[in-house]
Formats: sequence, structure tokens, C-alpha cells
Amino acid sequence: MDNLQERLRHIRGSAAEKRHNARTVAALTSNPGCARRAVLDAAGVDKDRLARHVGFPAKFGQSQFAITRGNAFEAQVKANGYAELLRLLRETLGLEIREVGSTNLEDVGGNTGQEVRHARSRQKLTSAAADPNAAATFYDHPLLRLDVGGSRVYLEPDLVAFHHDGVFHVVEIKSFAVIDNQADARKVAAAATQSAVYVLALRRLLGDDKVAHEVVLVCPKDFSNQPVATKVDVRKQLIVLNHQLSRLTRIESLVEALPPTLTLDLAPDDDGKFSRPAAEVIAALGEIEARYAPGCLATCEMAFFCRQEASGCTATLGLSVREELGGVETVAEALGLADGILVEGDDQAEVAAMLRTTARIFGSVAA
Amino acid sequence: MSAVSSYAKALAVAAGRAVPIATRRHVYLSDRPLVFVPLALAGEANAPLAAMIGTSPHDPYMLLVPQPRNRDLRFGFAASLAEVVLAYVRSCTARFEVVGTDRLFLDAPQLLVPNAAGLGFVKLLGRSTRFRRTNGPYPVPAGVPLLGRWLTHLGERSEHPGSSAMLAMTQTLSAHWASGQSAVEDANLAALLGWIDPPEGVCGSEAALAAEDPLVWPPAGPSTDPAFDNEVLAPAIRAYQSATPDSPKRRRAVETLERELRGQMEPTWRLMWHAIKVLRRLPAAETVETRWTADRRDFSRYHDYLSTDGRPQARRDGAVAAARRLQSLEREQTTFDAARALDDPLVMASYRVTGEAFQGTVVSVDRNRRILSERGRRVTRPKVVVGTGDPVHLPVGESLRAPQRIKQNARITEIARSADGVLVTLELDGGMGRAAVPAPGSVPEVGDEITYTSVYPDAIRSPDLPPTDQTPWTHGGPPRPYVPTDDDAREAWE
Repeated sequence: MDNLQERLRHIRGSAAEKRHNARTVAALTSNPGCARRAVLDAAGVDKDRLARHVGFPAKFGQSQFAITRGNAFEAQVKANGYAELLRLLRETLGLEIREVGSTNLEDVGGNTGQEVRHARSRQKLTSAAADPNAAATFYDHPLLRLDVGGSRVYLEPDLVAFHHDGVFHVVEIKSFAVIDNQADARKVAAAATQSAVYVLALRRLLGDDKVAHEVVLVCPKDFSNQPVATKVDVRKQLIVLNHQLSRLTRIESLVEALPPTLTLDLAPDDDGKFSRPAAEVIAALGEIEARYAPGCLATCEMAFFCRQEASGCTATLGLSVREELGGVETVAEALGLADGILVEGDDQAEVAAMLRTTARIFGSVAA
Repeated sequence: MSAVSSYAKALAVAAGRAVPIATRRHVYLSDRPLVFVPLALAGEANAPLAAMIGTSPHDPYMLLVPQPRNRDLRFGFAASLAEVVLAYVRSCTARFEVVGTDRLFLDAPQLLVPNAAGLGFVKLLGRSTRFRRTNGPYPVPAGVPLLGRWLTHLGERSEHPGSSAMLAMTQTLSAHWASGQSAVEDANLAALLGWIDPPEGVCGSEAALAAEDPLVWPPAGPSTDPAFDNEVLAPAIRAYQSATPDSPKRRRAVETLERELRGQMEPTWRLMWHAIKVLRRLPAAETVETRWTADRRDFSRYHDYLSTDGRPQARRDGAVAAARRLQSLEREQTTFDAARALDDPLVMASYRVTGEAFQGTVVSVDRNRRILSERGRRVTRPKVVVGTGDPVHLPVGESLRAPQRIKQNARITEIARSADGVLVTLELDGGMGRAAVPAPGSVPEVGDEITYTSVYPDAIRSPDLPPTDQTPWTHGGPPRPYVPTDDDAREAWE
């Protein structure tokens, strides 16, 4: 274990560790076969900076308007001692509770260190779970921990855990609108997956029966700022998440397969400029195998680099296209089989026949 | 994605430019479409920020909301937009024909937006404005609720397969060309057009790559580039906000916003007209006119409805309306798919690859074959044998049609497979005139190249639903008509 942490630290180099959050864990499960992402995340590499350094900056910055709106909405929902949130939860969960306490876990006496915060969160949450007479309480921004691919990651908290009658509910406040009881399906799916990460982390800490599989999603209603709460069942997401996390290749074996001296250190000089030549970093990155898919463009900082690296591969055209092309690795191979220039392998006979038919028919009409 | 379009994508990668997957244009293009490029403020549900709109590439009308969070300013935007859209709708009602008892306008509105997110923006804007009232609390200018009804109408219409009432340009282009990039990247209008019609001396992949730089090609909206938001837009809105009304400072702030936002929209505006030009180069497919007539009919009907009843569309469809809608959408989808294939050999290629259609040469014809029908009458049923190299995955007994002989049924009676290909024996029925022997030219001849397909509009049947007022009690009985409530109108738009 220490050896692994040492290796990971070496891969990261001198830069500060980049923390995981629910979003990154959720993204990890969307492409679990990607060793590059698994190693970079486990090592806490700042992928944004790395991508910039090798000349393929990520393109998903966040607009300050979105951030402002998100923060304003969250503050509004939590205002006056969580009054609005309590009203919503009473309605949504059918509770009779009149009063509710709150514990802010954002820092511990001004100390925002992860270990300290996690220790305090753990202590507060476990003692509440153990006490059958504990009063209903909001736990704001607890710092949770999750084991991802054999490596402990802290989840930058963005949630409220609501404890009542011996059960915890995860409350997720999001600023996308629910219009006529309908919301953007992709955003709801993303929120559900993120919440599932929190539910999982809480369950690993407290036990399965202590944390509800229904999370409460709080969003603005229609075009207003009025909050509306919806129960979302995340059992499906939990199963997927559990499954994906358990089959994530153990980081240890991934790291062992890499050259021992491999590092992605950008070697900042005294002025904070990165002195390591980009070509060297690219060569190092090449040692860690990636599995690019167009979906990465929206979730991974390294995507534009990986896309360039994968150019000419059928994977860059999307999963369904790749399948239609018989799942062969490169475009050249697919076209070669289609034209009959390449001789197919034993297991490719069917694929090759299909490609030849397509090529013949398409060619006869398009010419 | 079909096998053909996937193969075409592979070809596009190798060729360095997009490969056509259609030889005809399968959408209608109005002589003066209303091109609409909207921008929205990030983080809000549907806060219009700016828009370019117009029917001529040289004369866009620009709308602007200097502080998108301000309710009155948003309504101002909706009111100005209403003027443009409603004038356009009116201009489509100038001439009409009478079909039966119905008045059918010769023209109908066609709204073109850059991408699928643009469609979503139009629908939401329709939703947020159609319930507003011109009196009572929070009154809005007269055109706003009417704009909401029309935008909602266009939004709903656009979900009908084959409708050209409102089109997202990226989707329309993707239906006609395969680029060498994934569907995710095809949603970027600049990148897609870069593959289809790259500038002189540049290959498609380079053009697409260049198109991803938001400084060169700002996003086609409605979302803006986050860097633009943070570095340009936010300071400009702050400057506007902090200046006193009617002060020179505020005027300057508005000028800045206008200049910057115009810079964000103008490239997309040009792309839209470029895309229209590219699409016009394709000849219209045969059934485009029929589908556009359906759009005109729907437009005429809704126009009449607004002048007689005029209540806004419900927040959500009732169960009966939803079932009806779903059924018609499904039917239209299959009809549209079939019609496209009949109109266009390149689309037909998809069905040939999957074995639902085949093309081949007529090898023998029994032209004057007569048999006894089930009723004991002698009827003409010629037999033809077609040899093809296409994979044929059709059962004996299946009814087929040839695109050029769409009224003539061809039933498979025998399929013989050999190493050289497939011989399909077909029995023909109909489309041969009334005489005992088939009319000249009504039966294929030996040596003819012919295509037969199992996918054609007549093959699609779905059960009819009972009339709405006779909905059985098992399904809740006849639904009560939707009446908009005061709640609908009162809801905050902030």
C-alpha cells in the first residue's frame, strides 16, 4: 500500500494533489475501462493543467452566471436555518417534524484539512446513527470517503445529509429547472448518479439500513426561484456504481504494469512555469493506455488529447458506428476489409462479409 | 446510425471530407425561411440573452436583453420577437387555396435554428410566454401570449417526422451527409459544415478542428462560451447594471453588449445561410411537397383555431391526446422512412444492406400468365424472376413494391439461392390496366434493372383509435378539454 502511494505520488510529481468529488467518481464509472483516467485520478493529477501543458486544453469551463445562480439558489433554500428545506422535506417525505437542528461540517474550528474534517464528519454521523433518540438534524457538507479502485478518495461534499428517525436522506440541491414536472433527463441522470455516490459513501460508513435509497432532489420550479423537491430512487444507480467500482481494475495492478520511473511531473520552475518539454510528457502519457470515446469530451479534461491520439480509430466515431463497422480497431482496417484489400482473420469472416456488402451497395449507388 | 451511414463515416475519415448519404433533399426549404439564432444566459431556465432573426442573410434583426435576469427586459425581448415572428406568420397567410371545405394557405412558416438545443430553446420560450395575459397582474404586451402559442405550435410540429416547420440545421445536415466525426461533434454546426463544405485548400478534419475554437467560431447557442461569459459578458452586464438609466454610460454599456453579442452570433448567422445554400444544391425529393402540404394544412388549421378559440396549449397532454399523438408520430416516422427510401437510391441502400430490399436484373418474365383467383375468376398475374447479388432476408409470401411501380404489388413466391446470388420469383398484381393482357410498359421486361422493397408507406397499418368523445370508460372516458387557469397565468417568470 505504501509502495503504491509512493508510486502514485511519483507519477503526480511535485504538484499538489487534486481531489476527487462525486462528479469525478460518477464520470469514472461512465468509462471504467480507461486506465489512463483511473491512474491520473488515483494519483490526484491536475488533468486540466496537464491537458493544457500538452496543448489540448479542456473546453468545459463553467460560466460564472451558472455558478452564481447555483450558489444563490442553494443559499436561498438553506436560508433562515433551513426553514424552506424543512418545509419541502416535510411535504416530500411526509414528516411531522416541527424543529430540526443543524450541524455545519464545512470546517472544524477553521481547520479545513481533509483528515480533520473527515474525522469529525464520521464521528458526528456515526454517533447520530447509533443514537435511537437523536433529534432530526441537517448535516451540511460532511466530508465523506470512498474506496475507488483500491485508493481512498475524499468526496468534496456538495450535499446535505438529513437525519431523522434513525434514517439518513441525501438531499441534493441543483439549479436546473423542473418545468411542468419535467426536467432535462440528462441533468437528472447526472444528479442521480452523483447522489448515488454520496449514498454509497454514507452506507459504507453507517451501514446499508441507515441510509435511504431515495434521495431528495431540490430544484427551481418552472421559470421561478421557488424550490420544488422530488424523491429520486437511486437503487439502479447504486447497483451500477457498486458494480463499476468493484470491477474497476485495481489501481495496484495498473500501476505495476507501468515503467517504474514514469512521472507526469511538469517540473515547475521558480516562477511557476512548467519546464518539462511537452513531448516528454506526451511520451509519458502514452505509456498509460486510454480508451477514448466521444462521451469523454463532456466529462474528462484529457479528452481532446486522447481524441487526437485516437485519430483514425473507429472509436472516435462513436460506439454505435464502431459496432456497425464490425468493432474493428481502425478506420483503415474497416475500409480495407470492405474493399477486400485486407484479408480477414478467422474471427472476422462475418464482419468482413457485411462490410463488403455495404461497400458494394453503397459504391454502386453513390458513384 | 445504419450500416451505410457508419460506412460513409469511415469513408469520410479517409477522404477528409463529408460523404453524401442522400442524393435528394428530404426536407422542404422555404423561399424565405425565418432563420433564428438565439442565445441564452447560462444557469437560468430560459433567460433570453440575445437573438438574430430574419428572412434575408443580409438583413438580420438583432434583439438584446442587457440584463437577462430582469423580468421586464425579458418581456421586452419577447415583445420584440413577437413583432418579427407574428409579422412573418401573417405574411404566410396572404394567399390560400380551397381544398374541400378547408382553406389552405399556400405558404407556411418555416423556422430554422442552428441545433437541437435551439429547438429546445424555442419550445421553452413558447412554454414561458403562452400562458401570460395582457391584463391583470404582471400584464405583458399583446403579442407575447400569441408568440408563445405559435412557438409552442412550431415546437410540437417539429416533433412530427417529416415536418419541415422548424428544423435544427445540424440534424438536417447530418441526415444528408456523413462526417468523419462522431454524432457528439456533429452537434457543432461549424464543425459539421467544415466537413461538408470546407474552405478552399482545407480538409474537413482541419476545418472541424478550427471550428472548435470558440474564439474563431463562437458556439452556435443557445449556450454561450463560458470564457466569453466570464471575460466579456459579465463585465459588460455589470457596467450596464451600475450605470443610471438614460445616462451616456448606460448607452455605452448597451453599445458594448450589442457589439460583443453580435460578434458571438454573426458567425453562426453566416453558417446558417451557408448551410441553406449547401442544402439548396440538392434537388428536392419527390415526396417533399406532399409533406410540406401536411405542414401547410397543420398551419392553416392552427391559424383558424387561434381566430376562433385561441386557448393556449395545455401544460401537458392529457392521456388520450398523448396516445393519439404517439400513434400519429409512429405512423409518420415509418411513412417518412419509407418515402425517403423510395425517393432516393442512396437511402434505399440502407435497406438493401439489411436485406429488406434488393436491387437486381430481371432474368425472366411470364407476362401473360393468368390464374384462377380465389373467387374462381381468371386474373392476370404475371411472374418475374429477378437475379440479385444483394443479401435477401425476406420470407416467401412477403409483399414488395418497386419505387417506379409503387401501385403494383409484387408477392414473393420463391427464393432460390446459389453461389452467384439470389433469384427471387415475384407474382405481380395490379397497375396493369383493365384488359386481359397487361398494358404496355406495366410489366418489367427482361434485362430491366429494378429495385424491390418491403418497406413502403402502404405496408404500414395501425389500428384506429375511437373518436375522442367516445373514449371508453376503461380509459377514463372522454377527456375534459383543457382550460387554462389563473395559476398558469400568474406563475412568476423570474
